[in-house]
Amino acid sequence: MKSGMPSLSRRIAVMLSLPAALIAAWWFASAGSQNFYFPPLRTIVETFGKLWFSPQAIHNIAPSLVRFSIGYIAAAILGIAIGIPVGASRNLRNVLEPVLEFLRAIPPPVLVPVLILFAGLGNEMKALVIVFGCIWPVLLNTVAGVRALDEVLAEVVRSYRIGAIARFWHFILPGASPQIFTGLRQSLSIGIILMVISEMFAARDGIGFALVQYQRSFAIPEMWSAIILLGIIGIALSMIFRAFEAWILGWYHGLRQSQRAN
Amino acid sequence: MSAPTTNVRAGISARTVVWLQGFAGLAGFAALLEILPRSGLISPLYLPPFSTIVAALFKETMSAEFWTALGDTLEAWAIGLVISVLAGVVIGIAIGSSNAVRTLTHSTIEFLRPIPSVALIPLAVLLFGSQIQSTLVLVVYASFWPVLIQVLYGVQDVDPVARETARSYGLGNWAQIRYVIWPTTLPYLMTGIRLAAAVALILAITSEVAIDTQGLGKQIADTESGGAVAIMYAYVIVAGIIGVIVNVGARALERRLLAWHPSMRLDNAGARA
Amino acid sequence: MVGAANPMLDVRRLRKVYADASRTVEAIRDVSFSVAQGELVCIVGPSGAGKTTLLKCIAGLLAPSSGEIVLEGQPVAEPPPAMAVVFQEYGRSLFPWMSVHDNVALPLKHKKLDAGRREQLVRDALAAVDLKGVETAYPWQLSGGMQQRVAIARAVAYEPHVLLMDEPFAAVDAQTRADLEDLIRVLWRRLRVTVLFVTHDIDESVYLGQRVLVMSHAPTVIMEDVAIDLPDERTQLETRSMARFGELRKHIYSQIQLAKQGWRPPAA
Repeated sequence: MKSGMPSLSRRIAVMLSLPAALIAAWWFASAGSQNFYFPPLRTIVETFGKLWFSPQAIHNIAPSLVRFSIGYIAAAILGIAIGIPVGASRNLRNVLEPVLEFLRAIPPPVLVPVLILFAGLGNEMKALVIVFGCIWPVLLNTVAGVRALDEVLAEVVRSYRIGAIARFWHFILPGASPQIFTGLRQSLSIGIILMVISEMFAARDGIGFALVQYQRSFAIPEMWSAIILLGIIGIALSMIFRAFEAWILGWYHGLRQSQRAN
Repeated sequence: MSAPTTNVRAGISARTVVWLQGFAGLAGFAALLEILPRSGLISPLYLPPFSTIVAALFKETMSAEFWTALGDTLEAWAIGLVISVLAGVVIGIAIGSSNAVRTLTHSTIEFLRPIPSVALIPLAVLLFGSQIQSTLVLVVYASFWPVLIQVLYGVQDVDPVARETARSYGLGNWAQIRYVIWPTTLPYLMTGIRLAAAVALILAITSEVAIDTQGLGKQIADTESGGAVAIMYAYVIVAGIIGVIVNVGARALERRLLAWHPSMRLDNAGARA
Repeated sequence: MVGAANPMLDVRRLRKVYADASRTVEAIRDVSFSVAQGELVCIVGPSGAGKTTLLKCIAGLLAPSSGEIVLEGQPVAEPPPAMAVVFQEYGRSLFPWMSVHDNVALPLKHKKLDAGRREQLVRDALAAVDLKGVETAYPWQLSGGMQQRVAIARAVAYEPHVLLMDEPFAAVDAQTRADLEDLIRVLWRRLRVTVLFVTHDIDESVYLGQRVLVMSHAPTVIMEDVAIDLPDERTQLETRSMARFGELRKHIYSQIQLAKQGWRPPAA
């Protein structure tokens, strides 16, 4: 612990002060609200409790998270699997770069209508949309990570005749992992967005579906509560991701710290 | 990563080879899109052959509707981008200039950032219906964050010695911003604008698909439900091309403006840009 | 030229030319020499003398344009299992995501040894380079000198017949360098390994080597093969103050000066 660093409780207090103040301000400013679109925060919170802490809430939350997880993980695996050979071969990169540049520029929600054609309105379509949107940051960052692998280390690997599989597990993958994680982090927010959008379009369950239902039936407090839920899910996933990253990339954070110290 | 060879190259320069390879890739992709539906591996009802799509695209460019839609999308993109950049710069410099304010707002920013912009779609629809303001709400919300984060990085990077010097010479806040903070922040801002431009375009088209506001996205949604599949793909391609232009253009602009800024820049995630 | 009838390492008329679309650079014109089993040979030369290129060709990391490298009677086309290389950039030659122990053990993994023998080799190697208690540390937690020791331990654990070292102490401070030089001589004697040591430091080459090959400027040829007739027992303090040391040093120094002026031996 560096000297002069404030205590843990002090840091928590600072961290929560502004959000708490903002929430309080929202609470009191909206307390007597007659505005149809901006109900009192109190009403929203009550609705939130009723809606999302009930047993039926699972019926909406679970499918959303399942679709998201499947799409995200599939995109991660595909992105890394394609990114590594593309990153390793200059020729492959030159050939594929324009095509990839074009494909990644297509806004994924645009593909929802396209994928509806191919995959109908079911879960596959939603998972595919998520995959198509999430794969690009992972793929492109994997390519960048593989390209940036240290040449000296590459020579070490060659001089000790380290085999292809060991080279993948002990050199390429860990070496590119910091950059890969950058891509995975970007994909996280994209995945959530696509999960919601695909559910807004054509679904019978899910948070996005609920959101649109509430909006169409003018159930305003419910709609707000769904928005807040999405926000909470976004934050929770982000925190889980960060914990996972800190675990896997512990060595990298240590390395950067020691470099900065010098 | 392989051992260098000792061949001597023929007369073609390396750059030309790269261009040719890239072109070959695109040609291969187009050929794939042509062969797959024609061979029946994929039903031409779902994926018309590439030539059909291109023909539909050319036909669309003759119609006023196409250009109106394109203009609508670009209008929403541009307005939203300008708003978010201005907001990001102003708020970013205001927050970043004071350590106290930055610490205080840090948690709030980290809480708000991951909230998906699409969560605001129903709210936007209720408030503004299918007008451009709905799109702007989403575009600004989503593209504001990259700008803000980058500006905060930039302000943080300001040399404290330079600031002290400026202050000791009696330069007021405004002058400090102009002569000390702004030049350091500029490269970071460029990165932020590049990221924001891409996000803004995606959100503009997304909201058109989802909310039905005028623009390319709406065309895509309409043609899909109307069964005009080839035209739908034509619009998808246009969306892609616009995206490529924006991405490549933003990168080129960033490079040009920063050719004389040898600074260490961090991207959205804090890794080397 | 010193060399046994069956040399450990035989470099025959090595030539290396770099060519791209715009120009051709002849890095090495013609280098031939032999190294007998158990010898410690230093290679010294001015900057730009292609020393690293030469070492990489010998290590099988770079393909020569013409000529041959023969190791224990077999031509070298790719990195041979009987050779280990220690690079100059120690910070970049160790895997930062692995502990010191895993770094040293990695090349052994595919050598088809059982785990017990592997652990023994790792332990012995770390002890041989005087590193204690760092097995679980990460390389970036260690000082520069210790990191280079880890790289040397990794090479030692590999049980090579030939140890190639590419200016390994160039990026290390003088005090650490002296310790590491002595470490190399100790290891060399104990393990009876053949060592090829590239350096730009003339003093170091004389202090360490039994022979010193002086390289010319690019296109590189061997200027001279100097026999170092200093006693086998060498210490930093005494050996470096010997008269003979000064003579050899001066001789090589003047050769290098000639090399820098572009002088080359006849028929080169």
